[in-house]
Amino acid sequence: MDGYLGSYATLGITLLAGALVFVGAFSANRVLRPRRPSVSSGKFESYECGLDPVGGDWAQAQIRYYVYAYLYALFAVESVFLFPWAVIFDRPGFGGAAVVEMAIFVAVLALGLLYAWRKRVLRWA
Amino acid sequence: MTTDIAAETLKLPSLDYAALAPMLILFGVGCVGVLVEAIAPKKARFPVQLVLAVLGIAASLTAIVLAAGTEKVTAAGAVAVDGPGLFLQGSIAVLGLVALLLISERSLERGGAFVAQAAVTANSEADRDQATRGSGATEVYPLIIFSLGGMMLFAAANDLLTMFVALEVFSLPLYLLCAMARRRRLLSQEAALKYFLLGAFASAFFLFGIALVYGYAGRVDFAGIHAAVLDSPNDIALLYIGLAMVAIGLLFKAALAPFHVWTPDVYQGAPTPVTALMAACTKVAAFGGLLRVLYVAFERSQWDYRPVLGAIAVLTMLVGAVLAVTQTDIKRLLAYSSIANAGYVLVGVLAISKAGLASSLFYLVAYGFSVLAAFGIVTLVRDADGEATHLSRWAGLGRRSPLYATLFTFLLLAFAGIPLTSGFTAKFGVFAAAIEADQTWLVIAGVITSAIIAFPYLRVVVMMWLSEPGESTPAVSLPGALTAAAVTIGAAATLLLGIVPQPLLDMTENAAHFVR
Amino acid sequence: MEIEFAAAEGWLHNVWLLIAVPLVSAAILLLLGKRADKWGHWLGAGSVGVTFVLALTFFFQLRGMDEREGVELSLFEYLPVAGLKVDFGLLYDPLAAIFTLLITGVGFLIHVYAVGYMSHDPGRRRFFGFFNLFVAAMLLLVLGNNFVMLYIGWEGVGLASYLLISFYFDRPAAATAGKKAFLINRVGDAGFAIAIFLMFATLGTTQYDEVFNGVGQLTGATVTAMGLLLLLGACGKSGQFPLHTWLPDAMEGPTPVSALIHAATMVTAGVYLIARSHPVFDASETAQAVVVTIGAITLLIGCIIGCAKDDIKRVLAYSTVSQIGYMFLAVGLGGAAYALGLIHLLAHGFFKAGLFLGAGSVMHGMQDQTDIRRFGGLAKHMRITWITFLLGYLAIIGLPPLSGFFSKDPIIHSAFERHGWSGWVLGSVALIGAGLTAFYMTRLYVLTFHGKPRWTEGQHPHESPPVMTIPLILLAVGSVAAGGLMATSVPGWLEPVLGEHEEHHARLSEWTVTAMTMAVVILGAGLGFALFRRGTALQEQPAGPLVTAARRNLYFDTLNEVVFELPGKLLTRALVFLDNRGIDGVVNGLAATVGGGSGRLRRAQTGFVRSYALSILGGAVLVVAAMMAVTLS
Repeated sequence: MDGYLGSYATLGITLLAGALVFVGAFSANRVLRPRRPSVSSGKFESYECGLDPVGGDWAQAQIRYYVYAYLYALFAVESVFLFPWAVIFDRPGFGGAAVVEMAIFVAVLALGLLYAWRKRVLRWA
Repeated sequence: MTTDIAAETLKLPSLDYAALAPMLILFGVGCVGVLVEAIAPKKARFPVQLVLAVLGIAASLTAIVLAAGTEKVTAAGAVAVDGPGLFLQGSIAVLGLVALLLISERSLERGGAFVAQAAVTANSEADRDQATRGSGATEVYPLIIFSLGGMMLFAAANDLLTMFVALEVFSLPLYLLCAMARRRRLLSQEAALKYFLLGAFASAFFLFGIALVYGYAGRVDFAGIHAAVLDSPNDIALLYIGLAMVAIGLLFKAALAPFHVWTPDVYQGAPTPVTALMAACTKVAAFGGLLRVLYVAFERSQWDYRPVLGAIAVLTMLVGAVLAVTQTDIKRLLAYSSIANAGYVLVGVLAISKAGLASSLFYLVAYGFSVLAAFGIVTLVRDADGEATHLSRWAGLGRRSPLYATLFTFLLLAFAGIPLTSGFTAKFGVFAAAIEADQTWLVIAGVITSAIIAFPYLRVVVMMWLSEPGESTPAVSLPGALTAAAVTIGAAATLLLGIVPQPLLDMTENAAHFVR
Repeated sequence: MEIEFAAAEGWLHNVWLLIAVPLVSAAILLLLGKRADKWGHWLGAGSVGVTFVLALTFFFQLRGMDEREGVELSLFEYLPVAGLKVDFGLLYDPLAAIFTLLITGVGFLIHVYAVGYMSHDPGRRRFFGFFNLFVAAMLLLVLGNNFVMLYIGWEGVGLASYLLISFYFDRPAAATAGKKAFLINRVGDAGFAIAIFLMFATLGTTQYDEVFNGVGQLTGATVTAMGLLLLLGACGKSGQFPLHTWLPDAMEGPTPVSALIHAATMVTAGVYLIARSHPVFDASETAQAVVVTIGAITLLIGCIIGCAKDDIKRVLAYSTVSQIGYMFLAVGLGGAAYALGLIHLLAHGFFKAGLFLGAGSVMHGMQDQTDIRRFGGLAKHMRITWITFLLGYLAIIGLPPLSGFFSKDPIIHSAFERHGWSGWVLGSVALIGAGLTAFYMTRLYVLTFHGKPRWTEGQHPHESPPVMTIPLILLAVGSVAAGGLMATSVPGWLEPVLGEHEEHHARLSEWTVTAMTMAVVILGAGLGFALFRRGTALQEQPAGPLVTAARRNLYFDTLNEVVFELPGKLLTRALVFLDNRGIDGVVNGLAATVGGGSGRLRRAQTGFVRSYALSILGGAVLVVAAMMAVTLS
């Protein structure tokens, strides 16, 4: 397990195990299941719950979802920066300056939210 | 363990606020602009935004002038403030201000050149309604200010990551601005989407290039890369592939062949004032970034990249000139002309010398003024359906409106590089620098393509003056004060830089020193 | 002697105003169009008046200075690239100062006169626009501090002259005369341009001081070539042999134009050029010899043709040609004679402008008649015009103490003083010229103002309005007084420019020459008076070969046709053939290739994002591959 390619051995073993599980499961299925050939229509569909997977590939999604996704991303990015900041802001040399900087950062993001709110994006109508 | 070590070595970077002020002012003004959008009443927004934007750019310009002479690297090595950087920032501010005049014109069309809601399905009832009656968008102001701020940062970025962030900051607003034309909505939206997709594609190259260069040098700041170019023990292939990919991202923005393909479509589809902004300011910023990367970070590999970029310059000039010959739309023609001009700037850049740097800076400013005035005149030639951009419609314009036909002729002569226009001085400068640097082959290609591209320009001149005005020749609208001012400034600068170029030449000469 | 100019200081800093004022006025008149019709002529005249006042202040400023070498005002540099640079600047020195005064002073009077003369002309505003443009260009010509600026002004006055000669462009004769002037001037200008190229090539500069200081380093042949090329330019502009044929035709323009441009100022630009570049001519014996030869030939030609012409303006035009011949003769002699040529130039500016304006006044009262056979007895009807014309006439023939006497006699004297046999020849030619001048001017004067009226039907001659007569009176005063004044003051004034010259011992004494000249002049005038006292035939009479030749301009037009036009036409035909078959074929082929290539390339611009992305990707692959190839090779 050493040498330059050694670390890849784990990956290889995992892949191999995966393949084994897959082949094993299907083989077990084949051996264990009852064999009842039938012509009933539902039997050959991908999803036996009844959802029809065939149809046009251009489906329209509500534009509002995108707006919410953007707003979410806004604050996800914010938290990415907030965590490391929280770790260091009480250390010597940071303090006030760090708090002000983060306040500006948050304020800019909040401005985005304010804009979205004023443009009535947050209302689902 | 590791976090502790990091925390101990972590220090607040020192920020030179005076040197960063031009950009900080613009970003601040952009945020205030968003705030105005959010809370100001609808009617007040246009004047408030216009005044705010003009004051913001003026304040930024003042900060640049005050910072003149500074030579330092600040913000933990992320931003370099030096002669070329300040000169480019100043050019971006001045050209941006003139473009802002064009953008703010509202007397040619009710509500200006932009629609308020660009997302409405094109050609739908609601869309037609807002095109004819709706008030204009005022969001364009914060977008432009953010974009200009991004351009300034791009020209001053001192490491590849800052450069990438700046690239996105100035590109994203431009994508949006492209989609907001009041007329020919479908074309406008198509332009924006194309620009966005291809821009993202090019950004990916740029980012990949950064990764490879980092892999080679272990640093992303330009001084570090410069130091590593000859000394790093890593495989040199990483460096060259990385440099190539970083360059591709920049060449795309500067519209150099074969990465120019988006230019004609986007220039044609975008609202004309935005096209003017892109042709003038984006070009300055893109070449500013390219200059810094080539002169500061990779100066020591110039023998390797010079022939490749030289080939690109020749290809660009050829493609721009040859394709301009068969264009039938004035905006597309100007787009190809801007491609060819980008080739000429690259000739100056590839001199890799002080003269090359100075002449490129001069060229960018000279071309920026001319192209702003040219697109300004394009916005004036219109009929009931908006601008009449098809060349056949320009036939006989000289009879209908001698003043504007004269001005446009003068600008075309400047693009063709006829003496006593800024075009001549600028071309002369870059060619002289290239010859001094033994890049004669580029100059030969430049002269040949100049001859080719003079043909489409002169064709327009001949059409305007020697054809009889037909039924379909549109009248030239009387410009509002803002457009008139923009066209006057652009044309006057073109003339002055042709006759009395010395003050600006001296300025570029003095500015032409990068800090590393 | 090293030439150096001090930088302009104080009030002299504003010397640029001299050019700017008339230029702005011209721009206003030409750009405002009809809106300026009502008051445009007063603006045009007023701006030149203001310029004259400015010129006076500058003149006195310069006069009060200790070092009068001249002051330089640098404006801007144009593209200094590798040994090729032009510093645009103005040079205000004694030479420029007297020209400025002449141009603005006489120019102002003629502008005022033109307000009256052009009062019935619908194109009066346009006329004043061009007229102001001329003044600005002429001042640029004399105030520039390098040959390139001189050339720009040179072309500017050429343009204004062309526009004003063909001012009545609906008259074919005027349009043709304008074209003729323009084309013949091209020949001279080409010479001048080559001279400037020669300076660039050999000295790398065109600044006056640097060129003149550098003349010493050049080989004799180069200096001679430079001098001859400059002379070619001077001949074109000043209507000297063999390029003099355009000047008489230029009389098709309005009379104020003939007075200002084609008598007093522009046509003397050639003399200015030679005086300005005197170090070049001083350095080349050959060039100087050619200048005096040309001057002598021209002055004879002008006199001879002038005797045979019947059109009042054409006689004066040939007289101008011949008088400029005297000036060329003088500046060609060099040394002290430079100043004599310039004095004659200034004096001539006054009396010839006065004569032309007088002729204009006569035409004004005679319904634009120009044929002297149709005048006669006008002295009674236009007193002021008569008296002023008489004074101008006496001045030009050189009767003491009028100005022609002080300016022409010394030239004749200097001509005799030229070393060797050439002095005798030149002196005699100048002397004969003086006699002929007296003859044809007497003929002109007597036929116009005395004898019995020979008018056509329905003429009611009348005096012109005061706006025209006042300039006439002032110019007449100048013709009387200027000569004596300048003969004493100008040589000293010009010393800083032309250098000091001592009189060498005289071959003939001054009195001898004066006596000879007076004798010849009285002979010519008496002959003219005797012959034309009783009028003349109304139609052209058959005459001997010399008179016929003179009537036909000594066949110079025919000579031009045979020597220049015919070969020119043949050459053109050959070139057209070559152009159509050869060059056009190549050009069209190239254009078709580019066009075809463009059409084909254009198809790559499909409009699909996917193909654009493919193009970018392909480009990226190529760039990376090329980088690697360059690196590995």
